Amino acid sequence: MYTFDYARPESLKDVATALRKQGEAKLLAGGQSLVQALRLRLAHPPALVDLQAIPELRGIAVANNVVSVGAMTRHAEVAASREIQRAIPALAKLAAGIGDRQVRNQGTIGGSLANADPGADYPAAVLGLGANIVTNKREIPADKFFLGLFETALKPGELIVRVDFPLPLRAGYAKFRNPASRFALVGVFVCDTTSGVRVAVTGAGPCVFRAKRMEKVLAKDFTPQAVEKIVLPAEGLNTDIHAQADYRAHLVTVMAQRAVEAAAKL
Amino acid sequence: MSESLLGQSVRRKEDYRFLTGSGTYTDDVTVPGQLYAFFLRSPHAHARIRAIDTAAAKAAPGVVAVYVGTDLQGKVNGLPCGWLITGIDGQPMKEPVHPPLAQGKVRHVGDQVAMIVAESLNQAKDASELIEVDYEVLPACVDPAQARAPGAPLVHDDVPDNTCYVWGLGDKAATDAAFAQAAHVTTLEYINNRLIPNAIEPRAAVAQYHRGDDSYTLHVTSQNPHVERLLMTAFVLGLPEHKVRVIAPDVGGGFGSKIFLYAEETVLTWAAGQIKRPIKWTAERSESFLADAHGRDHVTKAELALDKHGKFLALRVHTTAGLGAYLSTFASSVPTILYATLLAGQYTTPNIYCEVTSVFTHTAPVDAYRGAGRPEATYVVERIVETAAREMKIDPAEIRRRNFITQFPYQTPVALCYDIGNYEGTLSEAMRVADVPGFEVRRKEAEARGKLRGLGYSAYIEACGLAPSNIAGALGARAGLYEAGEVRVHPTGKVTVFTGSHSHGQGHETTFAQVVAQRLGMSVEDIDVVHGDTGRIAFGMGTYGSRSIAVGGAAIVRALDKVVAKGKKIAAHLLEAAEGDIEFENGEFTVAGTDKKVPFAQVALTAYVPHNYPLDKLEPGLNEMAFYDPTNFTFPAGCHICEVEIDRATGETRIVNFTAVDDFGKIINPMIVEGQVHGGLTQGIGQALLEACVYDKESGQLITGSMMDYALPRADDVPNFKVSTQETPCTHNPLGVKGCGEAGAIGAPAAVINAITAALWPLGVRDIPMPATPQTVWRALQTAPKARSGRA
Ligand SMILES: Cc1cc2nc3c(=O)[nH]c(=O)nc-3n(C[C@H](O)[C@H](O)[C@H](O)COP(=O)(O)OP(=O)(O)OC[C@H]3O[C@@H](n4cnc5c(N)ncnc54)[C@H](O)[C@@H]3O)c2cc1C
Repeated sequence: MYTFDYARPESLKDVATALRKQGEAKLLAGGQSLVQALRLRLAHPPALVDLQAIPELRGIAVANNVVSVGAMTRHAEVAASREIQRAIPALAKLAAGIGDRQVRNQGTIGGSLANADPGADYPAAVLGLGANIVTNKREIPADKFFLGLFETALKPGELIVRVDFPLPLRAGYAKFRNPASRFALVGVFVCDTTSGVRVAVTGAGPCVFRAKRMEKVLAKDFTPQAVEKIVLPAEGLNTDIHAQADYRAHLVTVMAQRAVEAAAKL
Repeated sequence: MSESLLGQSVRRKEDYRFLTGSGTYTDDVTVPGQLYAFFLRSPHAHARIRAIDTAAAKAAPGVVAVYVGTDLQGKVNGLPCGWLITGIDGQPMKEPVHPPLAQGKVRHVGDQVAMIVAESLNQAKDASELIEVDYEVLPACVDPAQARAPGAPLVHDDVPDNTCYVWGLGDKAATDAAFAQAAHVTTLEYINNRLIPNAIEPRAAVAQYHRGDDSYTLHVTSQNPHVERLLMTAFVLGLPEHKVRVIAPDVGGGFGSKIFLYAEETVLTWAAGQIKRPIKWTAERSESFLADAHGRDHVTKAELALDKHGKFLALRVHTTAGLGAYLSTFASSVPTILYATLLAGQYTTPNIYCEVTSVFTHTAPVDAYRGAGRPEATYVVERIVETAAREMKIDPAEIRRRNFITQFPYQTPVALCYDIGNYEGTLSEAMRVADVPGFEVRRKEAEARGKLRGLGYSAYIEACGLAPSNIAGALGARAGLYEAGEVRVHPTGKVTVFTGSHSHGQGHETTFAQVVAQRLGMSVEDIDVVHGDTGRIAFGMGTYGSRSIAVGGAAIVRALDKVVAKGKKIAAHLLEAAEGDIEFENGEFTVAGTDKKVPFAQVALTAYVPHNYPLDKLEPGLNEMAFYDPTNFTFPAGCHICEVEIDRATGETRIVNFTAVDDFGKIINPMIVEGQVHGGLTQGIGQALLEACVYDKESGQLITGSMMDYALPRADDVPNFKVSTQETPCTHNPLGVKGCGEAGAIGAPAAVINAITAALWPLGVRDIPMPATPQTVWRALQTAPKARSGRA
């Protein structure tokens, strides 16, 4: 690690002040991505602004058909939340499948979304459920949030405060894990709502994206068989030592089927 | 006689220390005035170093010294290789210089370029970024199969064709002739995937120089501190051996990777003498990936000739083995002596010829890794035997039975002489435990769920208990392979045992204490086992090749023999009887046929307070030591049966059953043995399903440089193992033991791949390379001649 300054503000206002003081400062949430980057000397921010002590960033609330999850909510809290298990069981299940116990006790939804790792799980739920990302400046609909590889719509000085998930009719998530990292090699979140079906794919591309053709057929026939024949073009999908693009394309189809199956069961 | 302590699952004495965080690992050692070292490593696989500018680094805050290769010239020699292999051309292997810090060229990503010593680790790292190295990047070759191709970039200018040696074992002419008679020939091509060891504790060292007596202490993560000291003092640094104390304290796993003398601790020790302050270095995990010696890396073609009844007539094997960029300590012996000699397996194959071409590549050095040569041999034999059975439509268990060695001792055509074994015993027991007859029902049930189910065998053998020194010497070893043990009986009768073996997870402090306690009629609490310190232990060859109990344990038994013999003399004096009439059992010396007796503790006390003592005939004291040199290898063997289910839609393989029936000879502590088997199986399954070290073919960069891409097995990747043992005691060591540390890693890979290929055979798939990742299996299904469409 390089040396850095450290601040632990106790309100959103103080965060803003800290960020104004040190424009290059980085927000620290669970540290599960950032600390690694620091330790490997891949990142060298002059200052860290730790979000742990800010009450506004915490908590889970269900009201008016919306599940609100504070940015600093740990994966383990989402996984264990009775309210979320009742309202959007697929979301609780997704959180329970992130990393390992230590990571889930430490990592946060805000950190995961801001980081926008191509293999992260949460982005699939956020895009699949059509959530709103509420920041200290504005509300960003999921469709406008993920811009590319580790790239989001967040502006300098902007931080995620919470995520608002509208309640779906039913939803399901299926993840095929990278054998090494256990991030999503391919993860597919399907969500059936009154205004249509949404299918979000993570792991397969530079960032999470929607599989519109699948959405169309599932809107008519919400069964695994409906998507069995729909295979995404491999072009543009990720290729690495674990999976080439054509295999990922195939896995998207299989995971979509399994996500639909899971949605039907939950 | 009270119940024997041998064969009891005594709880591990060392676990209290480990589980309560009170162990002492090398990184826990902190010495006043200690500095920290950081190694600047090559970012290129192959490059000429035009110039290095260290001026800014030397001037950076906290920096005490910066060393590069040229600073060591004439002062620090290259790292030696401990085994001389002579090629089929009669020439000795090529031994290019292995400089501890790169000189003129870097030859793999992670090669050490400079060592920065500073007051803090962060300062050393900061300074390393100020070093400017002017590299002329050169093309690299990372694939052993390509290393001899025309125009392949040379790793060492003085090693043509990148070839260290071409070596052969067996009767080539007789083997070729037997092929001409064959009714059936099975041919297979294999890649034994390169692995990265990943002990839980990274390598570390703390080097101290003591001004007062011009001596050194080196704490280091080593499996064999005496060997480390010998090589470092005699060959590399030219220091007097008695002025260097090497301590390998608690060590968190090794799997072979901590056998070797590495550059880092060598430069560290030298520099501690230069600077006259202690220096610590602890590898980061990324460094472990780049610079620990890797394992395996074979490319092989094998052919098996059979008669029409499935009797093996001959086996012909050609292997190209990657050695990496430099010869690591035992690198040359692993793909030769420890590999080709095992190609008979459990079978009577009368003719075997194996030719091994070992090549340098622009990658980290490759050396012994759990099993070392024997997993590679087992994989060759057990895959081809199973494939031959399928091709000839003979049941795979039956073809093995037709070829098992049943008469012992058995001289193989590849140098080894098996003293004893019972291969039918382990096979039939494994088949019973694995419920082989019920497999077809289970397969059908799985099929209904869209899963392909397969069952595969691996009837492995290994040569352990390394090794008779004279045989090893004749085969090129530059060291003896005995072990030393010392039993120090204290005046109160308590015992400290000093062993040259080294425990880094194996539980010696318990197992060895059981051996001593049983013999002396004491409890294990009264015995402490000391290992890993050249300052306390006379000598030792260390722990690898499952040799600790068979060789180190035997040395302790020999020392115990001497303790008991001397005790009898003292007891005879005390009891006023003839020495020949004294018996020793249950901790008491008795005069045979009488009730006259004296307890062991009293004899011990008498030895140290020799008031009533035959001082004219006997020295006082009760402290005995022995060196044990085995007369043969030991031959643990067994049968593993693996059952898998493959998800047709994703290609994912799950191991649903794994049975291991092993014959390790006599067992001292069944719980520890079971733990060793579990760990070995997990590593074997890791190799078969998950682990692959991947270098980029163009750039030579290590792609699997972290856990993000290198897939180590996790607990949920393996099933609940069904393991048990059978005992045919080893005939030539005093405990009848054979060793158990590597068996799991040796047997498991072939069992797994045989199970996968069994599941895929009906679809026309003959082979699946390791690791059988979901993608690999899915692709095989895509192109399988007889595949029907998958379902989710
Ligand atoms: C071993 C391991 C396994 C993992 N496995 C998985 C997995 O299977 N699936 C998966 O999805 N993830 C996985 N992760 C990643 C994990 O979920 C991380 O928690 C997540 O990526 C980052 O969250 P964090 O809270 O730790 O954020 P940090 O690491 O603290 O921060 C990450 C980035 O987000 C920024 N940031 C943090 N909070 C905010 C905010 N409120 N507003 C704006 N910016 C913010 C930070 O400045 C930083 O740039 C794994 C991580 C590890 C170490």
